[in-house]
Amino acid sequence: MTQTPKTVTQTSESPVSGTSRRALIGWGGAGLALGAAAAGAGVAMTRGSDDVQTVAADAGGAVEFHGGHQAGISTPVQDRLHFAAFDLETDDRAEFAQMLKDWTAAARRMTAGLAVGEGAYGGLGEAPPDDTGEALGLKPSRLTLTIGFGPGLFEKLGMAERRPEALVDLPQFSGDNLDKNRSGGDVCVQACSDDPQVAVHAVRNLARIGFGKVSVRWSQLGFGKTSSTTPEEQTPRNLLGFKDGTRNIAGTETDRLKKFVWVDGADTDDKSAWMEGGSYLVARRIRMHIEPWDRTSLQEQEDIFGRDKGEGAPVGKAKERDEPFLKAMKPDAHVRLAHPDSNHGATLLRRGYSFTDGTDGLGRLEAGLFFLAYMRDVRKGFIPVQRNLATDALNEYIQHVGSAVFAIPPGVRDKDDWWGRALFSKEA
Amino acid sequence: MRAVRLSVVTAAATAAALAAVTGCAEKGSSGSGDQVINVTATDDKCEVSKKEFPAGHVELAIENKGSKVTEVYVLFPDDRIVTERENIGPGTKQKVTAEMKAGEYTIACKPGMKGDGIRQAVKATGGKAAKRDPRLDAAVASYRKYVQEQADATLPLAETFAKAVKAGGLEAAKKAYAPSRIGWERTEPVAESFGDIDPKVDVRADGLEAGQKFTGWHRLEKSLWADKKITAEDKTVADQLIADLAEWHERVGEAEITPTSMANGAKELLDEVATGKVTGEEERYSHTDLVDFKANVEGAEQSYELLKPVTKENDAALVTELDKQFAALNTLLDKYRTDKNSYDFTSYDKVGDTDRKQLSDAVNALAEPLSKLAAAVVK
Repeated sequence: MTQTPKTVTQTSESPVSGTSRRALIGWGGAGLALGAAAAGAGVAMTRGSDDVQTVAADAGGAVEFHGGHQAGISTPVQDRLHFAAFDLETDDRAEFAQMLKDWTAAARRMTAGLAVGEGAYGGLGEAPPDDTGEALGLKPSRLTLTIGFGPGLFEKLGMAERRPEALVDLPQFSGDNLDKNRSGGDVCVQACSDDPQVAVHAVRNLARIGFGKVSVRWSQLGFGKTSSTTPEEQTPRNLLGFKDGTRNIAGTETDRLKKFVWVDGADTDDKSAWMEGGSYLVARRIRMHIEPWDRTSLQEQEDIFGRDKGEGAPVGKAKERDEPFLKAMKPDAHVRLAHPDSNHGATLLRRGYSFTDGTDGLGRLEAGLFFLAYMRDVRKGFIPVQRNLATDALNEYIQHVGSAVFAIPPGVRDKDDWWGRALFSKEA
Repeated sequence: MRAVRLSVVTAAATAAALAAVTGCAEKGSSGSGDQVINVTATDDKCEVSKKEFPAGHVELAIENKGSKVTEVYVLFPDDRIVTERENIGPGTKQKVTAEMKAGEYTIACKPGMKGDGIRQAVKATGGKAAKRDPRLDAAVASYRKYVQEQADATLPLAETFAKAVKAGGLEAAKKAYAPSRIGWERTEPVAESFGDIDPKVDVRADGLEAGQKFTGWHRLEKSLWADKKITAEDKTVADQLIADLAEWHERVGEAEITPTSMANGAKELLDEVATGKVTGEEERYSHTDLVDFKANVEGAEQSYELLKPVTKENDAALVTELDKQFAALNTLLDKYRTDKNSYDFTSYDKVGDTDRKQLSDAVNALAEPLSKLAAAVVK
């Protein structure tokens, strides 16, 4: 991890790839929508409020860390995920802020393909190396690191007055069977990369820097995002075998990002001014009952989704990207219930990954979807959509077993900035 | 315990070879420039022909004119061994050589091969002075004393335990088990440096190598708690445990201890906690893991406290952090005993997953900064 980051920065506002603009009308299905922001490797994405567009030169290249928004949200989705939720171990605000500065410095290096601190070798023989070393020689692999703050953080640090109204505790939803050891968290880190070792290395090193200040509460590895998510290429399939994320918000869709994803001045008050440029994240660990699903007839599977299995076309349509006619679908079809038209327009940017954590001790796959969705306001995004999915036919085959919600602060603007500065600096 | 570990603290025999070139048959390399110091040992005297000599290759010509078998040591100011010669019979002569850098040393004769010996301060002069921080020498000397005290205190406690086993007293043996291990656990990295003792006294069933006999504390732990009976073989194991610990007690003073090895030893004690105690693996039958846990932390804290004055000068922030994290972990451990002066801790099978994670988090919070102690000491 020592080579020069292969990042090209452009100021052009013209889309680098016009094709990703085809997915203009998306649906924000929360139940099972796999990540698949519809922009792939090599496609431009918008970072920051200054419309600077960053192009990852290739799948091994670096994604710019700095920007008005954090990377890892509208960034083309990478192949792999390591997501970690942390509990706060300190109630000292200054100590936590220092950790965020240390995390920022480490993240700045790791996303550029560089080792943490003074590296993994060559230092003082008596001291453990700053970097753990397993990413040496690996490319930056489009690593993005995105952090968020959970509801509990504000009270624990004595700053309840700065908890945004939009960061609500999620209500209990129909069918939830949440494991507290896979839920919640005061801080989160989403590490996405095309190389799982690069993602794991990043979380491991941040956890190490965090010892004493934060401790890992739970974490999740994810896979299942193939590198081709440009609309003309195949949309990835979830573990139920269906194409997922066909109508997601694309990284190039500045208007929809602004409308549904980024928090702006209109959303904030004195409490939440620090969130401008940020977003909200809902994470749900959704276990799939794989074996019963596999014994389900093709017709029923297609009825449940509201799309056909081969092409992914909506009921009664010929092509995957044809506009869905919701009334042609069964009333409890997943796509119908999750569609923005069924939810007063609510739309989520989905960025989830499949997971398989081996088997469950009963000989069944311990597998499912690790759902990640970004939105401008949880109350207008995930909550109404998930409520609407109470009657989803798919619920017979899935179960939500983990849940967490985080406020995602704005991006780190430059080399002097740090994660959460606006929240933790008095002058900010 | 670990089956084999020689990395940090090495036994005196190895250390002497590293610290100084020793040996009595190095004529080829010792030219006419050699300093020869005559050491005349008697039952109550230790006379040296020169108290000051140029640094470099030094030869001690030892003659035992007393009536007892003696041994002669060249020691650094912290009692670390530069070189030594044992078993010098009455009326015999021995030679021993050493590469001695400029600095102060002690030559000690030990008639009867016991005690601190009769001591003579000597000085090697000129050349490049070995840079030594007297505070670190004092720290090492204090730690060496601590290690010996722990061994001294452990032996009678282990004997009480062994006696109970041999008397067939199941409950008495159970009661004596955990206390007999405290001194060992406090100084485990030093004990482990004698690669042959640890596998005999502190091995666990899963740590046995092919053909290795299961002996020591944990073998008896299994009998007392899992099998709930004391067999004739257990009584032999109890005898063997005492014999092995007696050997440890005798050799522990010879362990090579340096400021770095003290710091790394502190970190290793936390590693022991992280891998064996927090998981409940160490005391899987007796569930007395928290006793070992506390002893490991105490041993680590002892090293740290001794190194603190130098550390504070080199890295004040590290000292602040370590003070805080040691206090936090100790406070947490106190939740598991009603009397802060006793080692009567909650049985670890009664400590739930959430509490174990809390302990694990506190160990990580301490061990991470503790891993930086060695570098801060040598800075």
